[in-house]
Amino acid sequence: MSNYELDARRMLCPMPVIRTQDKVVQLKPGDTLCVICTDPGAVHDIPAWCRVNGHQVMDIQQQEEEIRISVLVCDAR
Amino acid sequence: MKKTRKAAALISGGLDSLLAAKVILEQGIHVEGINFFTGFCVEGHTHAIRKKDKAKPKRNNALWVAEQLGIKLHIIDIIEEYKDVVINPKHGYGSNLNPCLDCKIFMVHKAKEWIQEHGFDFIITGEVVGQRPKSQRKDTMPVIASESGADELLLRPLCAKNLPPSKPELEGWVDRDKLHGFEGRTRKPQMALAAEFGFQDYAQPAGGCCFLTDRQYSQKLADLWKARGSRRYELDDIMLLKVGRHLRPRPHFKMIIGREDGENKFLHGYRKQYTHLFTRSHKGPLVLIDGDVTQEDVDLAAQIAARFSQGRNAAKVELEVQWLEGDRQTLSVVPIAVEAIEKDWYL
Repeated sequence: MSNYELDARRMLCPMPVIRTQDKVVQLKPGDTLCVICTDPGAVHDIPAWCRVNGHQVMDIQQQEEEIRISVLVCDAR
Repeated sequence: MKKTRKAAALISGGLDSLLAAKVILEQGIHVEGINFFTGFCVEGHTHAIRKKDKAKPKRNNALWVAEQLGIKLHIIDIIEEYKDVVINPKHGYGSNLNPCLDCKIFMVHKAKEWIQEHGFDFIITGEVVGQRPKSQRKDTMPVIASESGADELLLRPLCAKNLPPSKPELEGWVDRDKLHGFEGRTRKPQMALAAEFGFQDYAQPAGGCCFLTDRQYSQKLADLWKARGSRRYELDDIMLLKVGRHLRPRPHFKMIIGREDGENKFLHGYRKQYTHLFTRSHKGPLVLIDGDVTQEDVDLAAQIAARFSQGRNAAKVELEVQWLEGDRQTLSVVPIAVEAIEKDWYL
């Protein structure tokens, strides 16, 4: 189990979602990915993407303009 | 044991693709959604850059549709490959710079590649014969199937009965009798089917999902190409066309003027890529200058920026200029008179 970070700052949705998706497919179940983004839409879209694709959002933290979304990669085959 | 067939559904986030996928799901087919991001997609979030639009729902409709259907959704970045579709559409443009037929052919072609790569059996779309003047006509349906290379693997569940049977129908993977024969621009059959399935909330029917269908946006893109002397663009270019007030006071430079705080914040993210200016003495816009400019040009831009600030009626407005090369400069200017802003400066 490893922890990874993805910088999606300044990207507008759906780009943070696409980058999250492209990274998650490279990871293993149990890994976590922290997505750092600035588009408030990501707060809705990354959890929605996780729900439809079988992954789990562990935590969302927002500090001023920056949002950190922690995703637990699940076995979503 | 009967093999479960798998279909990839092109999901735009609108009602038709929602219904098409649902019709096939109801037949026991495993369906997963594909949504293509071209860079021109009309996203709620792009609108939400503007503070006044903050109350609008921020959901991504394609994801929302997938959630309603209980299917996976794969969002695919086709920004680079899509440029050729926009720049050189074989079948031409619609009423603006919308290459709708080429776009559909390209997306179905990408979907064909995707199903081959992922072991899926066929492709479904929410197309309806006669729904769109450019891309959804009786004579264009076979063109999309053949030029995309999908051929008989392309099934349109909402209007299948108006078309020759596709392979999924001929092979008995889906029951043609349970497909539909919708035709024309009316939305009533789709609304009735949505009600039948219990869908009450869906994206506005027939709403445009692409900025290229927007006249003003297309004019700004055409202006960009003209100013650059070539038909090319990067993602940042087409994103910036969605934001702010665009004025071209001289052929060699354009101003992108934030209309309110939300847009100013967004433009702020681009400040290192452009010479830019902002008002100091009064509340006002952040302005990006696209083009190689002289001091005289920046003086004019400052006067225009002052006109769009709260100092528009002041004797003088102070602004700070940050040149692309890094130099900072303070200017004190008289706001330009309204009548001095020529109408054709507005893009």
